[in-house]
Amino acid sequence: MAELLKTNHVSKMFGGLKAVSDFDVYINQGELIGLIGPNGAGKTTAFNLLTGVYQPTSGTITFDGKSLLGMKPYQITQHGIARTFQNIRLFSELSVLDNVKIAYHSHVKYGLLEAVFRMGRYFQEEQEVTEKSLELLKIFKLADKAYETAKNLPYGAQRRLEIARALAAQPKLLLLDEPAAGMNPQETQELMEMIRWIRSQFGLTILLIEHDMSLVMGICERIYVLEYGQIIAHGVPEEIKHNPDVIRAYLGGEA
Amino acid sequence: MDFASQFVQQLINGISLGSIYALIALGYTMIYGIIKLINFAHGDIYMVGAYIGFFAITMIHVSIVPALLISMVVTGLLGMLVERLAYKPLRQAPRISVLITAIGVSFFLEYTSMYFVSPTPRTFPAVFDNVSLHFGSFMVNGQQLLIFGITFILMVVLTYIVQKTKIGKAMRAVSFDVETAQLMGIDADRVISITFGIGSALAAAAGVLVGVYYNSIDPLMGIMPGLKAFVAAVLGGIGILPGAMAGGLILGVIEALVSGFISSTFRDAAAFAILILVLLFKPSGLLGKNTREKV
Amino acid sequence: MNTIRKNDLLLIGLGIVVFAVLQGMMTEGLIGAFWKLNIFIICINIILSASLNLINGYTGQFSLGHAGFMAVGAYVGVVLTTNFHWPFLLALVAGGAAAALLGCLIGLPTLRLNGDYLAIATLGLGEIIRIVIMNIQYVGGAAGFTGIPHLTTFPWVFFVMLFTLIVVKNFVNSTHGRACIAIRENEIAAEAMGVNTTKYKVIAFTIGAAFAGVAGGLFAHCFYIINPSSFTFMQSFNYLIMVVMGGLGSLTGSIAGAFVVTFISAALASWPEFRMIIYALALILLMFYRPQGLFGYIELTQIGIIQRLKLKGGHK
Repeated sequence: MAELLKTNHVSKMFGGLKAVSDFDVYINQGELIGLIGPNGAGKTTAFNLLTGVYQPTSGTITFDGKSLLGMKPYQITQHGIARTFQNIRLFSELSVLDNVKIAYHSHVKYGLLEAVFRMGRYFQEEQEVTEKSLELLKIFKLADKAYETAKNLPYGAQRRLEIARALAAQPKLLLLDEPAAGMNPQETQELMEMIRWIRSQFGLTILLIEHDMSLVMGICERIYVLEYGQIIAHGVPEEIKHNPDVIRAYLGGEA
Repeated sequence: MDFASQFVQQLINGISLGSIYALIALGYTMIYGIIKLINFAHGDIYMVGAYIGFFAITMIHVSIVPALLISMVVTGLLGMLVERLAYKPLRQAPRISVLITAIGVSFFLEYTSMYFVSPTPRTFPAVFDNVSLHFGSFMVNGQQLLIFGITFILMVVLTYIVQKTKIGKAMRAVSFDVETAQLMGIDADRVISITFGIGSALAAAAGVLVGVYYNSIDPLMGIMPGLKAFVAAVLGGIGILPGAMAGGLILGVIEALVSGFISSTFRDAAAFAILILVLLFKPSGLLGKNTREKV
Repeated sequence: MNTIRKNDLLLIGLGIVVFAVLQGMMTEGLIGAFWKLNIFIICINIILSASLNLINGYTGQFSLGHAGFMAVGAYVGVVLTTNFHWPFLLALVAGGAAAALLGCLIGLPTLRLNGDYLAIATLGLGEIIRIVIMNIQYVGGAAGFTGIPHLTTFPWVFFVMLFTLIVVKNFVNSTHGRACIAIRENEIAAEAMGVNTTKYKVIAFTIGAAFAGVAGGLFAHCFYIINPSSFTFMQSFNYLIMVVMGGLGSLTGSIAGAFVVTFISAALASWPEFRMIIYALALILLMFYRPQGLFGYIELTQIGIIQRLKLKGGHK
């Protein structure tokens, strides 16, 4: 399996505080990896480092053979990493369909003049974008809500829309930041199946942050455990479950 | 006059003008800090303050200090009234609607005043004999001393109110987080109202002092100083009281130096240019803290 | 030929009908000189409010410097027609280009600022532009530029307005416009979806400035003299009022806002002492009862009944 993402001793300091230190992970093509850890362990900071929201204080990040250092978030997205957000960040006043269409932005080729005078590739590409977006919405059971305003969707549907929107950016690597947060067990179960399904359907590689242990243990092939900004364990779910450090980190105490 | 003494002279003029900007800027910054509104009507409150001072002196024949106090009280109440009538109903509205309302209030104050007091400028009566103190080759006149004195007293009083009193603590709490402050039992509406009162009273003081300093007042006199004071507030870091004081003084000094040494036509441009430079290098203002949205 | 193109042609057709009616009334003398000038001003204000809406309403960047860009277009235009005898069209384009260039240069550094900081910075830049013009003796300084040929005619203002509306409408309904709207909705998410937010802010700002410049050129050639006091920040406030009154992010709103503001102002011209007071009260009351403006984020074509008629027609 080819290596898709590799980080090397990535650290991030905020003032004097080390939010993430010596973060070393690798992700192979097609894998589904989990990143877990207690609250405040630095999971979201790690995501923000991978997506260019923060620049690492030191270390290197290589994706698909290229260094991501110094790249802006939009450039990283264009290179094939898309993400969802822990605190949902939809384009809340826009329709569900427009939310998805926006994510196709970097794949649309017609220029400003073609747009303004509606010539050339404009009509054909617009039609393609709309059709593809509607297809995606169908997969995420949102097709009947395509023309509703995003903020009016129920919570679970908003989370699904975030994933649909991230997929519209046509990433190679999808980063999901607590996709099941706030979902009930049944919704979580459906989400697990959906994540598995989209991975095989779109040939994706997925890295997900999650609190819900059952979800992570159920679908991830390998798991990294973060505590106080450092990776304390790494392995297949079965190993992680019995790792004394992980148990200590999660349950506290002197194990 | 040699360069050094001319420089000092412009510095004195600049601090006088800057004190006035600072007084107006304090109101701007307090109101912004508490409800995130650029209160474009604040310059017009200052104008109304100047007129109330004017009428107190010419019609009830009081001296400058009582006139200043009368103006501060009446204008403070006017500020609270404006807040109650125009801004309070919009507490939940989009911020831009409140901003447009503030522009509406500004027009309303300007042109209603114009209707009642006529658009022609009035000559502010001389409140005391022209005294001036000479220090070597430069001088400080009585009006300037009055401005320094009053501004200093008001700033001390304001700092005391904000730092030491119960209402001051409530103001700081509300400006930090309205909802949490309310959960802690603070009546946010009352605090906002009092903030408008205090801010407007400070603007009124500035208005009366400007009347004394320049001898002339008119219904549109608030537009430019209002804008400048806002620039001063942003320059110092909006929402921060010492920032407004410092911003006002810096702006006043820069303007005096530019008009003294370059050309008075570039005075306003210099103020804005400084503002933009500061914003580009330190977007939160000189004394502001950089904050970043959490992702 | 698809629905979108059909609607475009319909809109242009409608525009031509409105134009023919108004032009006819003007030639027949049914519209006097006072209202004729005000119709010109309405068209020019529509250009300004639509272009400002692109920046403030669609892209969500709070700019208060529109009058400054208008001034650049106006002065470049009048210098070229009066002193260099350029054809009107070229002078307008050059004025727009100069404003666009300035918009781009100003936008690059300042658009990093957020919200109110951007507002005050653009307001300051607008004022700086005005003060600089005031100090250029070549264009008459504070006294103003005189001897401008009266080149602005009704066809000019009307068709430039129509062109502006079409360009803005097509822009916001494209992937580029969606990128701008995404910035307004959530800048961090927009960036994460692959939108180069800096680039699109500057693009919106530049297009907005370009049209403000063209509008300035049209405005200047309505009169014999222009001076810098026509381009103060109070003017920028006026355009902002039009945009917000009409509704942010709505072109129909920009048209309505420009129309209502100009119309109220003209209709009250006979009561100068009450004009601004009534205007101020109208503004405050509108914000009380419709804080989102007349058409907040909604176009006329999306309103219930029209939408339903379309659905009946078999289109989505």
